[in-house]
Amino acid sequence: MSVTTTRPAPAPAVRSPSDRARSRARQGGWGVLPTIVLLVGAFYCLVPVLWVYVASTKTRGELFTTFTFAPGTGLGENLTALFAYEGGQYLLWCLNSLIYSGVGSLLSVLVSTMAGYGLAKYEFRGRSFLFLSILAGVLIPGIVLAVPQYLLLSQLGLVGTHWSVLLPSIVSPFGIYLSRVYAMSAVPQETLEAARIDGAGEWRIFQRIVLPLMVPGMVTVFLLQFIGTWNNFLLPYIMLSDQSRYPLTVGLFTLLAKGSSSPALYSVAITGAAVSIIPLLALVLFLQRYWRLDLVSGGLKG
Amino acid sequence: MAPYLFTAPAVILYVAFMLVPVGYAVWLSLRAYRIEGALLGRKTEVFVGLDNYVAVLTNPEFAAGFGRLAVYGVIAVPLTLGLALLFALVLDTPAARLKRFGRTAIFIPYAVPGVVAALLWGFMYLPSTSPFSYVTRALGLGTIPFLDGPGLFGSLANIAIWGGVGFNMIIIYTSLRSIPGEIYESARLDGAGEVQIALRIKVPLVVPALVLTGVFSLIGTLQLYSEPATLQPMTSAISNTWVPLMTIYRDAFGTDDLPQAAAASTVLAVGTVLVSVVILRIVNRKRMGVER
Repeated sequence: MSVTTTRPAPAPAVRSPSDRARSRARQGGWGVLPTIVLLVGAFYCLVPVLWVYVASTKTRGELFTTFTFAPGTGLGENLTALFAYEGGQYLLWCLNSLIYSGVGSLLSVLVSTMAGYGLAKYEFRGRSFLFLSILAGVLIPGIVLAVPQYLLLSQLGLVGTHWSVLLPSIVSPFGIYLSRVYAMSAVPQETLEAARIDGAGEWRIFQRIVLPLMVPGMVTVFLLQFIGTWNNFLLPYIMLSDQSRYPLTVGLFTLLAKGSSSPALYSVAITGAAVSIIPLLALVLFLQRYWRLDLVSGGLKG
Repeated sequence: MAPYLFTAPAVILYVAFMLVPVGYAVWLSLRAYRIEGALLGRKTEVFVGLDNYVAVLTNPEFAAGFGRLAVYGVIAVPLTLGLALLFALVLDTPAARLKRFGRTAIFIPYAVPGVVAALLWGFMYLPSTSPFSYVTRALGLGTIPFLDGPGLFGSLANIAIWGGVGFNMIIIYTSLRSIPGEIYESARLDGAGEVQIALRIKVPLVVPALVLTGVFSLIGTLQLYSEPATLQPMTSAISNTWVPLMTIYRDAFGTDDLPQAAAASTVLAVGTVLVSVVILRIVNRKRMGVER
């Protein structure tokens, strides 16, 4: 009980080495806690993924009877059932997801990069109006647009085709915004001026000088757009009625919905979910280092 | 000429797939279908003014959907942002170990589509397959009502938190990394601990990133659809009008009342934009007040 201590407090003006050692020791005490917090978070995020891989090894009977994290004996059987489902629909869904996300994001990156560069590096009439309109577009939730887009594309007779999912996925106000931010910081005005003095045309400058400089930004926009499209559900769900054009999300959803009446499909849906996660996990793990997410957080100084 | 050509593809697509659909929806929302003739009725469209909006805004189920969304959002948004901030601060702490593993593991759910996330968690909630209920049953406590009553809100919010923490964590973390290290040096020399540095220096500096992730989380909340729709076959507690987008979907494709769905879509879009603008306004005013 040293509430009324009479000892003079040590002068804190000069810190002795032992003081510093003590404060490091105090940090050491905290040192375990951050790691534990991180591990708890990692555990929370990995458990459902672990679950789906364990569950995909179970037979229909084992799924509802054995302890959830006990591996089963039905992996081969489930995989066979999955790839045989309605004459190989599952592989078609994978292919469709790849087309919608891959082609859509590639086109989206091209369109966004050109627009972002145009908005960042040129002075022209209507520039700020255009930019503000696109910024407003960031706030309009894409899903709210899905029903009106359906109405419009049905007038054009495109509903139910690959185009009905692909075309709306190309325009990305957020992608344009990010490309503009990146172009502002990554493309030096002097380089453009020098190229112009050398007599290079605007398109040639864009191809030869601007595009290579913008690659890191383009990779980021591509990945955001790819994952966004891959994970999109409502747009393809609304647009498509032919099962063979479904992406994975819609296909797995219909499998699960049917599962409530024929439980055999539960195992197929679970195995389908487990398999569908693999390519995206690989993509994220592999490309993590190329992300420039400081673009999104505004850490990039323009 | 050049800038117009560079922006032309984006402008054309923006007009075609955002402005025109919005305009078309607004136009359609002012009309209605009427059946003419007694037996072989012919469907015709007529102008009805704001009738559809009145119907949407006075529809108790649509309003109840917003109410459920609010309960869900009050749980999901603060927890997502709070956990994202916590993990980002931990990643930025010198003493933490296993950072790369932790960061990657927490980020992984971002790559899992909402439908698949709902499927995974759905089976972890379902009494016959849930590991949690398996344990509580073994302890004689019965199953946990994940998919019934008030538990449903927490269960749905958990799916959103699981899927959203990683991405928001990375956004906040990159924003933390852009703070020059010298700022902390003097604080450390003054004897400030890591916790104090985190709360007093780091958190105020990442407020812009928090606002950004907050607005995105809120927009995401208003768009809630695929998770409850995926869980629907597993529980009777989720109706066809559980959230506003489910009502819109039913109106458009279940009962074929497109004008009604268009009006509801417009209400939802306007609501989203208003909420975002109000938040940005409030935050900006507060921050300016602090700076002055």
